[in-house]
Amino acid sequence: MSGTTVLIVDDSSVMRKIVERALRQAGLNLEKVVEAGSGREGLDALEREPVGLIVSDINMPNMDGLEFLRQIQSRGLAQGVPVVMITTESGEEHVREALAAGAQGYIRKPFTPDQVRERVLPLLVPA
Amino acid sequence: MSQGTAVAAGKPVNVARFEEYLDRATNEVFSTMMGVGCAPAPGEPAMGGESISAVIGLAGALSGSLVLYTSSEAAMRMAEKMTGIAPEEVDEMVRDAIGEVCNMVAGAWKGFDPSLASGCLLSTPTVVAGTSYELFSQKAPVRILRRYLFETLTFTVTITCEPQG
Repeated sequence: MSGTTVLIVDDSSVMRKIVERALRQAGLNLEKVVEAGSGREGLDALEREPVGLIVSDINMPNMDGLEFLRQIQSRGLAQGVPVVMITTESGEEHVREALAAGAQGYIRKPFTPDQVRERVLPLLVPA
Repeated sequence: MSQGTAVAAGKPVNVARFEEYLDRATNEVFSTMMGVGCAPAPGEPAMGGESISAVIGLAGALSGSLVLYTSSEAAMRMAEKMTGIAPEEVDEMVRDAIGEVCNMVAGAWKGFDPSLASGCLLSTPTVVAGTSYELFSQKAPVRILRRYLFETLTFTVTITCEPQG
C-alpha cells in the first residue's frame, strides 16, 4: 500500500521535525514529507505537488495558518485533502475559527503521538 | 515570589493561580515534549554566563510578556530531548527549540484560564543568545518569576503583565 505525502506548515523547523516524528510514531505510512515555513510557502508547495494530508500551525509570520486555510479554499487547492491544525492556541473561539476556515482536525501543542493518532488517522480512512 | 492578589486596571489578578498555572504548564510541556517533568526549584536564579532567552509577547486580555531564561547547557539539553539530535553549540536548531518551548509554555499557561485562552494572544517568539545582554520589560503590576529544575539543570520563566479592558 502506498504511503501518504504530507505537507507540514510551521515557522519552526524543529516543530516540523517533531510533527513528522509524531506522525510516524502514530502509525502513519509517510511516503514523502513536504515542509513549509509559512502559509505562503505552503501555498507554493500545494501549487507544485499533490498531498494527502496537511498539518499546519496557526501563529506564523508571512501568512498565518487561518489565512493559509482560507487561501486553500478560495484557490481550490488540495480539494478533499484533510487539514489538521497543530497549535498552541486552545481557546474555543480559535478552534471554531479553524474549523470554519476549513480544518478537519485540531491538536493543541504540546502533543503526544497518541493524540496525533486519535485525531489524524481517522481522517485518512477511505470513505 | 507570590504577590497574592494584585490589582490592575481595576481588576484583581489572582497571582497565586497564575503561578499554579505556570507550574502545571511548564511541567506539561517538558513531560510531553521531552519525556522529563520539571518542578519548581527553590533558590535564586543564576544569572550570567552563556545563556539564552526566549520572549513571547502577550496582547489582548493581558498586556506583557513571558520570558524563558536558561543557560546554554540547559538549552542544548532541551533541544536534544526534543529532537533526538545532540547539538554541539547554541545553533539555529537550539534557538528554534527554545523559542518553541517558550511558545508552548505560554500557550499551555493561558489555556488553563478560559478567558485568557480566547482573549490573550501570543506573539511569535523572539530569541536572544549570548553572554552579555539584559532584557528590560515595561513595569507592570503583575510579575511572576519561577525557577524550575530540569534533570540537574535549572531555568526560569518570568511573566510580566497587566490585565486590559
